[in-house]
Amino acid sequence: MKKYILDLKVKQVEQIHQRYVLIKLTDDKPLPDMLPGQFVEVRVDGSTSTFLRRPISINFVDRNANELWLLVATVGDGTRTLAKLQPGDTLNCVLPLGNGFTAAKAGEKVLLVGGGVGVAPLLYMGAEMKRQGIEPTFLLGARTANDLLMLPIFNMYGRVYVTTEDGSMGEKGFVTNHSLLNEERFDRISTCGPTPMMKAVARYARQNSIDCEASLENLMACGLGACLCCVEKTTEGNLCVCKDGPVFNIKKLLWQD
Amino acid sequence: MARLNVKIADLELKNPVMTASGTFGYGLEFADLMPLDGIGGIIVKGTTLNPREGNDYPRMAETASGMLNCVGLQNKGVDYFCEHIYPQIKDIDTNMIVNVSGSSPEDYAECAARIDALDNIPAIELNISCPNVKDGGMAFGVTCAGAASVVKAVRQRYHKTLIVKLSPNVTDIAEIARAVEAEGADSVSLINTLMGMAIDIEKRKTLLSINTGGLSGPCVKPVALRMVWQVAKAVKIPVIGLGGISCAKDAIEFLMAGATAIEIGTANFLDPAVSIKVRDGINEWLDAHGCKDVSEIIGVI
Repeated sequence: MKKYILDLKVKQVEQIHQRYVLIKLTDDKPLPDMLPGQFVEVRVDGSTSTFLRRPISINFVDRNANELWLLVATVGDGTRTLAKLQPGDTLNCVLPLGNGFTAAKAGEKVLLVGGGVGVAPLLYMGAEMKRQGIEPTFLLGARTANDLLMLPIFNMYGRVYVTTEDGSMGEKGFVTNHSLLNEERFDRISTCGPTPMMKAVARYARQNSIDCEASLENLMACGLGACLCCVEKTTEGNLCVCKDGPVFNIKKLLWQD
Repeated sequence: MARLNVKIADLELKNPVMTASGTFGYGLEFADLMPLDGIGGIIVKGTTLNPREGNDYPRMAETASGMLNCVGLQNKGVDYFCEHIYPQIKDIDTNMIVNVSGSSPEDYAECAARIDALDNIPAIELNISCPNVKDGGMAFGVTCAGAASVVKAVRQRYHKTLIVKLSPNVTDIAEIARAVEAEGADSVSLINTLMGMAIDIEKRKTLLSINTGGLSGPCVKPVALRMVWQVAKAVKIPVIGLGGISCAKDAIEFLMAGATAIEIGTANFLDPAVSIKVRDGINEWLDAHGCKDVSEIIGVI
């Protein structure tokens, strides 16, 4: 898939949570093709302590509005600077990068499991599935009801099941404790979120012989597979999360416990 | 349009801009984002006789105006390069140069000899300055005798343009440059990364898996520039300058300090098309200042 360096226009920046902003970008020309699970390397201008680009997963692509959505967790100076972008500003992006989730096939029952800001790429994944006539099932986890991001939009594209650690919404506990996993059988799981959560999801998938892909977020520099900084140990040796991932089949990862 | 061609011994460059090893993959990774044939050369990832897995993750830490890395020469070995990568890059219309590393003079020489056999690789850059490997690498590059031993062994088996990449982690870099010149190096490139460190104070742990790493980026530029100037005065062979170059002005500084060509490294991560912009910026500067040939500014300091 061809990569581009683009100065995208900031259309809207929405503070959807104390720690998360949703940045909607557009361009005069139609945005390039992008797959669910791929990511963007954004240049952070105006933060002296931020040297490298920041990899941000593609949250949603609205073809009708020609919009690219990035859901950004404000964890450091770089992302806090991104949160201060204003409509009309430009954001320099290298995109699309990495490999996306395997596209769902007709008739497949696919479960999309996300936690925290890791829910971001699952929205685009679910929306693309729905567009192809395959209804996705979302299983989303967070600490509290307040931390569940973009729920109304997820509801537009598929069935949504929820867990919270404090029980303030959905079932209490972690995603892997949800009763859905005992009641329904899925053909495939795509997951993105904190590593302990993804490892638990991977364990469930292995035990039940379900095909499973996980999206990793190791620290990156180039985003292109050139610097070899973001490596993950796999059955094929050290692979770059940016170029060989960020989505990996769990069979390739050394997560067996 | 000024004349931008330069020569590094027998190696002809269409312009003095190259990309530095370990920051530009095999060039292919950047093919969508810039015209690879627009620059003078591409120095591909460090290659060793045997495959290397490199160091554990984490291998990178961001710093003020730069970054530390401890990748540790991860590569699939020279035979894999010759069989699988060379066919994909051999027809790129620029100088495709291989960075060669090893853990003994014999290793270096054997690796170099295998690359000597590849028609479309006109030069190698000998890496005696990697700070991130225990065996070899920088160990050779920090003494005159060590540096000389590797160059001597390689020179016997390698017959094309031999560039030696020097470490800044030494007391007197000019002395090392003279030692490799005496053993038949055709050119020296400098600087490799400066050894550094960073700590996560909450976890009370270093940020890199092997504790230390190599510092690169704009923060090292003044050090690199000073060393290029010192080495250019000390040797007769052409000098290739690198270290924190991220715009045409930076590149022109290195040329004025005595570099015949320059390499762009870490800046490729910030702007994958930066090398083309640097080339164009050098040309515009020369035009604006009435220079007809880039040679007019090389070594004027």
